Amino acid sequence: MAAREEILAAVRRAAPPVREHPGVGGLGVRFPDPAGTFAETVAAVGGTCLRVADLAAADRALRELPVYREARRIASLVPGVGAGTVDPAAVSDPHDLEGLDVSVLPGALGVAENGAVWLEAGAFPHRALYVIPEHLVLVLGAADVVSDMHQAYDRIAVGPGFGVFVSGPSKTADIEQALVIGAHGARSCTVLLTEA
Amino acid sequence: MGHAESAALFVRDDARVHWHDQAVWWVRQKRDAGARSVPDWEALRERAEAIKAHTLSRLGDYLEEFERNATARGATVHWARDGEQHNRIVHRILADRGVKLVVKSKSMLTEECGLNPYLEARGIEIADTDLGERIVQLNHQPPSHIVMPAIHLKREEIGGLFHRTIGTPEGLTDPGALTEAARQHLRTKFLGARAGMTGVNFAVAETGGVVVVTNEGNADMGTSLPPLHIACMGIEKLIPRARDLGVFLRLLARSAVGQPISVYTSHFHGPRPGGELHLVLVDNGRSELLGQGAFRRALSCIRCGACLNTCPVFRRSGGYSYTWLIPGPIGSVLAPARDPVTHGSLPFASSLCGSCTDVCPVRIDLPHQLLRWRRELVARGQLPPGKRLAMRLASLVFRFPRLYALAGRLARWAMRATPGLARALSAGWTRQRELPVPPPESFRDLYRRTLGRP
Repeated sequence: MAAREEILAAVRRAAPPVREHPGVGGLGVRFPDPAGTFAETVAAVGGTCLRVADLAAADRALRELPVYREARRIASLVPGVGAGTVDPAAVSDPHDLEGLDVSVLPGALGVAENGAVWLEAGAFPHRALYVIPEHLVLVLGAADVVSDMHQAYDRIAVGPGFGVFVSGPSKTADIEQALVIGAHGARSCTVLLTEA
Repeated sequence: MGHAESAALFVRDDARVHWHDQAVWWVRQKRDAGARSVPDWEALRERAEAIKAHTLSRLGDYLEEFERNATARGATVHWARDGEQHNRIVHRILADRGVKLVVKSKSMLTEECGLNPYLEARGIEIADTDLGERIVQLNHQPPSHIVMPAIHLKREEIGGLFHRTIGTPEGLTDPGALTEAARQHLRTKFLGARAGMTGVNFAVAETGGVVVVTNEGNADMGTSLPPLHIACMGIEKLIPRARDLGVFLRLLARSAVGQPISVYTSHFHGPRPGGELHLVLVDNGRSELLGQGAFRRALSCIRCGACLNTCPVFRRSGGYSYTWLIPGPIGSVLAPARDPVTHGSLPFASSLCGSCTDVCPVRIDLPHQLLRWRRELVARGQLPPGKRLAMRLASLVFRFPRLYALAGRLARWAMRATPGLARALSAGWTRQRELPVPPPESFRDLYRRTLGRP
């Protein structure tokens, strides 16, 4: 505990006079059609956004996706969308999810300004479900799309569980700044945006 | 070797200098496009600066609040005064659990502490998993840039390295194919590791959680498979509340590479069910910097790398010309605070053009700090004798107008009559420039001649 006390004492000794927290009000952008802007931004970050009427239409759209049609190991946490061949709740060790072709996961909120989808992944049977599959499919309601990150943090619960914003497929540009999709996580990210 | 000497070696390869300059400038241009897409960009920067200033003014309280909440979520919080303590803590956690292989995502802090060699010397394999970091790890180099660790290497060099180290076919240089090979190679590390380590981008006092951003998903792979997660952070990573994240996340990726947000922005609160989360809070000189009023604002840095990408000196001298592992303007103010003797050349590695402060998402007054450091170094007597003599002479000449006029006349005469001597006297200045043609008369003479007054 000595280090803790020393650091806290040093930090307090060195602290400048207290400055007020400025708050986060008055910032941000408001899009007239957040869902429309969201769909464009998802495409801009390398993902695909398909707008569908409802969950039944989302299921039909999913079954037409080449990545889904070619998939053998599929996990779906969205009832009625996709036919899972792997039940993640029955998997005890997340390492056994290696080789998963497609995950279909529920998104809790979308952000128009950056195409990010908030996943309450702490509630999934395994956190790895959003990052380990070859391809990721997220299902999100258009009514759950907000304009910017300030609105997002007003709406989501940060903690006590694990949560993650996912914006597009895994990517890197570490070799000569050449953009390559599919670094460690999913090689594609499709958002099925339901109107109802 | 100081910055000027190392940079002189770097610029010997003229083509590479231009290539590096262009590669980094391209990222700066993407940042500009990202910033322009946000209508309230300047208001965001001001807010981010003010939130950081507030947090630093109450850092002790926020650290305690963070510890309390993180502990309540089931995390174990450790405190380390310096790099050595940090390394000991991490090693103990790993050794006690018999971990032989750990996967690590990007963390400049663990580089600062020298964690990799520390663990390797004790028989623990540590695999860096960010592609750029894996490249420089395999190449036995430190990162040359804080966001793009392998920006100094060409695809042919990386292809050759991968051929030698992970067995890719000879001559393979396509970035897509090389990335795919690294994906497969590192997948085996992810699957075999018993622990995952990450850095921390933001730690939220109010919730006791930490936020980690990556584009590749390596932090997520490394923490969602093994049961043990160790996250290491400098104590300046604190922010008060979750809602503050909105401000910083809108700035960070746009400033770094022009993306509206990183692909994965992961919010860790406590361990996975059945797992462990350890948070290591490191001081290592930060509390001391907090007490140095003129340089305190450097602690607000969110490590986006924008000041590197815009800096004309960084772009043309490369990351390894700096004597500290964080290069560029921000590194040049952080490093002398640690050791002004070793890093005394860095505050001079700047034209003071001010572009760094213009792109900084938290508005750190970098050129002023660089200038201030120069003054400190002069006061400490650290200028080389030649420069000290020149400064003393200049000070003398500037104090006496008649002496100034005489010196001007002498200089104009010498540049005409004995250009060789003039060049020799200004040897440093003329290394890459021609001496100017001296004017026929001084401004004073011209003024006196045309307006008839002295």
